[in-house]
Amino acid sequence: MAIKTTSVWLVGAGVLIALLLAGCNPATDQAQAESRTSRISIVGSSTLSALLSEMGKAYEQVNPGVRIDVQSGGSSRGIMDVRAGTALLGMVSRELKPDERNLHNILIARDGIGMIVNEKNPVTGLSNEQVFGIYTGQITNWKDVGGDDLAITVVSKAEGRSTLEVFSDYFGVSYREIRAHVIIGDNQQGIQTVGGSAAAIGYVSIGSAEYEAEQGAEIRLISLEGQLPSTESVASGGYPISRELNLVYKEPLTEQARDFLTFARSREAAELVSRLYMIPVTP
Amino acid sequence: MTPTAPAVIAPINPLKRRGWLFWPAMAVLALMAAMIIFLIIAFLLGEGVPLIAQGGIFRFFSDEGWWPLEASFNLAPMLLASLYLTIGALVVATPLSLAIALVTTFKAPAGLARLLRNVVELSAAVPTVVYGLWGVTSIVPILNMWSPPGASLMAGILVVALMIIPTITVLTQSALQTVPRAYTQGAAALGVSSSQTLLRVVIPSASQGIFSAMVLGAARAIGETMVVLMVCGNIVQVPTSLFDPVRALTANIALEMPYAMGDHRASLFVAGLVMLLLVSALVALGEWAGMRQRRMRA
Repeated sequence: MAIKTTSVWLVGAGVLIALLLAGCNPATDQAQAESRTSRISIVGSSTLSALLSEMGKAYEQVNPGVRIDVQSGGSSRGIMDVRAGTALLGMVSRELKPDERNLHNILIARDGIGMIVNEKNPVTGLSNEQVFGIYTGQITNWKDVGGDDLAITVVSKAEGRSTLEVFSDYFGVSYREIRAHVIIGDNQQGIQTVGGSAAAIGYVSIGSAEYEAEQGAEIRLISLEGQLPSTESVASGGYPISRELNLVYKEPLTEQARDFLTFARSREAAELVSRLYMIPVTP
Repeated sequence: MTPTAPAVIAPINPLKRRGWLFWPAMAVLALMAAMIIFLIIAFLLGEGVPLIAQGGIFRFFSDEGWWPLEASFNLAPMLLASLYLTIGALVVATPLSLAIALVTTFKAPAGLARLLRNVVELSAAVPTVVYGLWGVTSIVPILNMWSPPGASLMAGILVVALMIIPTITVLTQSALQTVPRAYTQGAAALGVSSSQTLLRVVIPSASQGIFSAMVLGAARAIGETMVVLMVCGNIVQVPTSLFDPVRALTANIALEMPYAMGDHRASLFVAGLVMLLLVSALVALGEWAGMRQRRMRA
């Protein structure tokens, strides 16, 4: 039985009209839509996402009716999404670059980047030259730096990640020069990779490393140039690789978001920051 | 339609017939489903063609390497990695699937056969990210003991093979079941041993179905993203040994899409187009082989 083409066109037109009407929604800007439903979306660095999740939970308890959604994806994504309007706040785990200065930012914590090795690795510290040698492929065995006779498994971050940028700025090694064996996306994957392989070395945020080690991850932070990475040594300025943890946003900001930003710099939030092994910014 | 039917069921005006909405609605839904694939292609082209127009199509195979922040977009190592992964996974999975299918169809007692079939179907239902998690925590450390870093082409091949075994098995089982009983009975009557029956009579007869099972398995393997992201090491290089870490094209898109901007983002869409072409080529291959088979039979 043939289907009448006129009937098909009729039904098809009906469906299209229904879809168009449904799509005619004036509020296409996420920020606008969120201000009506009290939802704050925060996107960006994986280093900050753990901290912001905790802050979000604490904030939601005091302010029922507000939802804080935290998503990671890297600092560059945070900047991108805030610019495009798909996120209200962006998490950026580095200083803002000159071409990003048109966005407003507040500093909510400081953090450092530490080298981690597997728990079973006897090496407790490396010098800058040794790390440079390992990451450029000149030093390939742990015995050359005082460890066991094992080939080093070098773990590095994907291009575009801010942790990599801070690392390569400090050690003076460009992305092209890094000879890695495994490339990972976020801090948690890095910690998992190093924890699962006795010969691995990687670099992650000190806060994440201390927190995960406390939770039972089989990793250990090693000292750099004799300075052991810890929240104290970063706070005092002794440990060399430290970076800013920023929240970026675009004006105009809703009342709710402004309130949250104030909360993010309060004493309560500072306590959360310390609990996650990062350095609070003294208000 | 009987001449005594009431006028309301078969009136002259088709729009007054009862149930007139059914087939037009079905047709619209079918067209919408088909439209989606065209919309996806159009979207990929829209985002990726500006970059292709800018530098030509060959730069994606002749640039220095994959340094997207420095406008160097060589897809070749990742494309090769995806192909090696797929071929390797097929090589590992097909004999195993064939074995499972043969055992459940011809040898195992009814209860055991049903159990095996259910286990295979259950493993098809496991989310692929769970396979990836298992791969990272179990397979990679074992391979690491053999040859660091563990996360490598080999790990990817093993886990992806495990993932496509259910797909190939289920389709092979149905292919084997379509072999006419007369063949097996005739072979038994001639005194042919069961291994020879299976190898020389049943499998060649079911070969078209087995081949399309392999093509579907390959299509699933080539599109696998989470597993290869977690267990392959993500280093952009052409592998020289099975234990080299590699980055598949799909894993690359998943790794970099969240923060890619501008040309980098467009290059990922071009990678998506390449993936689409690959899978289409695979499906076309399956179709062609099927047609050849049918022509040979007829």
